[in-house]
Amino acid sequence: MAEAVTQVGNETIWRTCAWSPPGCHPVGCGLLVHVEDGKVTKVEGDPEHPITRGALCTRCLALPEYMYHPDRVIHPMKRAKEDRGLDKWEQCSWDEAIDIIVTNAKEISEKYGHETIAVFGGTGREGNDYYSTYANCIFGTPNAVYAQPGWSCYGPRASITAFMMGGGYPEIDYAQKCAQRYDDPRFVAPGVIVLWGKEPLRSNPDGLFGHSIVEMMQRFGTKLIMVDPRMTWIGTRSEYVLQLRPGTDTAMAMAWINVIAEEDLYDHEFVEKWTYGFDEMVAACKEMTPEKAAEICGVDAEEIRGAARLYATTHPSSLCWGLAVDQSPNGVQLGQCLLALMSITGDLDAPGGTTLGAGDVHAANAARDDSVGSAADDRDASDYADRLEESESYPNQMEIAITYAYQYGLMTEERYAKKIGVDKYPAIGAIMWTVAPDEFLKALETEVPYKMHMAMFQSSNPVGSAIAGEPQRWRNALRKLDFCFATDLFMNPTIMACADVFLPLCTTVEHDAVVVPHYSMNISFFGAERRCVQVGECKSEMEIMLLLGKRLFPQYWGQFEDEIAYLKSKSGALDWDDLKEKVCYTNVENYYKYKTGELRPDHQPGFPTQTGRVELYSYAYQAFGESPVPYYEEPAYGPIATPELMKDYPFVLTTGARKQEFFHSEHKQVPSLRAITPWPEMDINPADAAELGIEEGDWVEMASPYGKCRQRARVTPTIKKGVVHAMHGWSYPEESGEEPSLFGNWRSNVNCLLPNSVNGKLGFGDTFKCMICSCKKVDGPGEHPSPSEAEVYVEPSRQKPAEVVGQIWRPADAPEYN
Amino acid sequence: MTQYALYLNYEFCTGCHSCEVACRNEKKIPLGDFGMKLLEDRPRQHADGSWHWDYIAYPTELCDLCADRVAEGKMPSCVQMCQAKCLHFGTIEECAAMLAEKGEKAAIFLP
Ligand code: SF4
Ligand code: SF4
Ligand code: SF4
Repeated sequence: MAEAVTQVGNETIWRTCAWSPPGCHPVGCGLLVHVEDGKVTKVEGDPEHPITRGALCTRCLALPEYMYHPDRVIHPMKRAKEDRGLDKWEQCSWDEAIDIIVTNAKEISEKYGHETIAVFGGTGREGNDYYSTYANCIFGTPNAVYAQPGWSCYGPRASITAFMMGGGYPEIDYAQKCAQRYDDPRFVAPGVIVLWGKEPLRSNPDGLFGHSIVEMMQRFGTKLIMVDPRMTWIGTRSEYVLQLRPGTDTAMAMAWINVIAEEDLYDHEFVEKWTYGFDEMVAACKEMTPEKAAEICGVDAEEIRGAARLYATTHPSSLCWGLAVDQSPNGVQLGQCLLALMSITGDLDAPGGTTLGAGDVHAANAARDDSVGSAADDRDASDYADRLEESESYPNQMEIAITYAYQYGLMTEERYAKKIGVDKYPAIGAIMWTVAPDEFLKALETEVPYKMHMAMFQSSNPVGSAIAGEPQRWRNALRKLDFCFATDLFMNPTIMACADVFLPLCTTVEHDAVVVPHYSMNISFFGAERRCVQVGECKSEMEIMLLLGKRLFPQYWGQFEDEIAYLKSKSGALDWDDLKEKVCYTNVENYYKYKTGELRPDHQPGFPTQTGRVELYSYAYQAFGESPVPYYEEPAYGPIATPELMKDYPFVLTTGARKQEFFHSEHKQVPSLRAITPWPEMDINPADAAELGIEEGDWVEMASPYGKCRQRARVTPTIKKGVVHAMHGWSYPEESGEEPSLFGNWRSNVNCLLPNSVNGKLGFGDTFKCMICSCKKVDGPGEHPSPSEAEVYVEPSRQKPAEVVGQIWRPADAPEYN
Repeated sequence: MTQYALYLNYEFCTGCHSCEVACRNEKKIPLGDFGMKLLEDRPRQHADGSWHWDYIAYPTELCDLCADRVAEGKMPSCVQMCQAKCLHFGTIEECAAMLAEKGEKAAIFLP
């Protein structure tokens, strides 16, 4: 194993693992960072990283361009409130910037109450780990905000898993938790992997190294089944591609359960011993025959049967669920079916099946064992007990911070209960620490239940083009606040429109931290991020948190001398000094953790649910007012639900398929990345394009009842007739940042077409993947459209006076629940 | 003298562009030019309904097969960074053996 830091002539080479920025989820790819004269000259992939073994995506490869980009903000800046929307920023010192924030926070807390401060986070950047800590333990507010309608990313999947079976976050097995990876004697490669609503090669997976699937196809002949409205490259290498109508996934999943039950293809022993409510679930899927699903989804019934059979009769088989689960109001039922499908094959947490996570207990394990490749291959329950004891003796810093906050009155029960929207949607507050986003937007607009006064934006750009629905509404609502500040690397539409102070953030190679895939919910390794260089006066999220914490809540934050002290205490059993030398520890974990007692807090075998089993009939769903068994619901907008609207908006619209060179609204200014995808593209079928006179590369205006945007046509048979796909995340950093342009934020912003508050019963899901729109050819990109009040269109069903912002929106034909 | 080559298993080249950027970084090639270039044969459906969609990453005349790196015992930059691990470096004989073993959808490049 190479040293963590080596010197070759004038060059220092650091081995590190990456998180963010650049925008990324905790994938933790291994980097070799070449530094000369205090400057990063080149980034390579680290061949010794156990998972990525030298591979890197273009975002990290282009890291020096991003770090030293002339537009990067590398000093703190301030701007007078009356100049919001204008490029009148002034450089200031860290002291002054922190003073301004602290003065405003104190004044606003005293005058209006701490709860009138909101902390925005999101995207899966590293800062994601901290926004609730900022909110609860620095500003004393319960209102941490993830601004996406229906919390439509990851949170729903994590919550559904917690409700139905526990065990962190289910992930396919690619030997990521085996000491010798693919050569490990415990590992068996999946025979079949189902990719359901997920494109793992282009998406920015939360901890999955997507290309491992291609590795397993090459090494072991692993076969794939895709369920996706688009034909993708990986789809052309799959056994089956069920190209369904966007938003109808739940019908498809119910049909799979129907086939597997009817044809007796499930694992009887597993179902009897480890699941609860199998018969009820099967009964709920009885009517959903492949023929019926075929009609709903637009996929041949025999294809549905064939795919379900291949999945259920191949062992081991694994299922990888994607964002499509989170983004539809019917997604909670989809997730329920997919967890059932992962389970009833008997391959849950089996080698080559779908793995579960045992949580942080393994920090102790990884810290004690030597490092990659040296951990023991087999672990038994007694070994586990030792590790558990070891890890339990380390306090959880997040919990301690909250305890302090209560003890010193920074937070009170009464104030915590003021968290917006979770009274209406308690399921959102169950395992997540944020407001219900759609309700929060209404509160901002109506000042009910109370008026908000201040916001921090951290790893989030809600006025931009990735996270929010109807970002025009967010812009108008946020502009009203008394004081806003942000941490970031580049100016963005939210900061330009609303913020008064900008704090410059450093990249992954400019600070020390730990990256843990899946935010610790299913840990494959622990990786060290290292401070290889300093750029300008940039600081890490942890450093900024300490600066503010020491001023606003010294009773807790005062105990940490610096961010390393905080990092160490937060990392518990993980030995930072050792990790930074070894760079990466594989987290060796047992298979079949439900048998060894590793999933339950009482260490008994089983799953951490009320029944101790995988609850296919879900008591948790029932407790939150949802049906305990799955049902299919038509997308809120579409040919069946809104036939009248389809006359004006004849296309079904799905959005947000990833490009690996961009992370949501980021990276459009990085030359090497922009060269790969210079323009936002919408996919349209050749037959539709011909009818509308649209040719490859033409600008197309897409409109929904809520707004419009322009992107360039990619005429392709990979999308079915009647369906279009549009990219998310587009603005134009090269254009004027001032209002009304905000870096061309409104031109290609497909989120302007997507409403808020089209949520499922639990508050999850919205229309990102199942909306409708019109398409027409236009001459060019057009001028900067502006999101004036007049353009905030409310479609007829929501136009009643109080409902403009106060809608309680559910499809009229929602089924009865018992 | 031993003649080296690049072997590409293009059944599994995912079109991720990492090799392109890795090569540009290594050889300090300006944006707009390429030592390694990714080509796409865009998706279409055959008459029987099956799909065609291939990416081919191939080295241009600016490629020297990373002679300096290889001399230091390292892998060529594009090979090391390839996300799909479908790009390999070896002698012509080694690459030919891989080609013969693969039997389809593979190529050897001599820049
Ligand atoms: S996925 Fe890409 S951006 Fe994320 S750590 Fe890996 S190489 Fe970097
Ligand atoms: S071998 Fe080196 S020079 Fe040739 S294409 Fe690959 S990275 Fe470029
Ligand atoms: S890096 Fe590998 S998979 Fe990606 S485009 Fe190049 S050859 Fe293909």
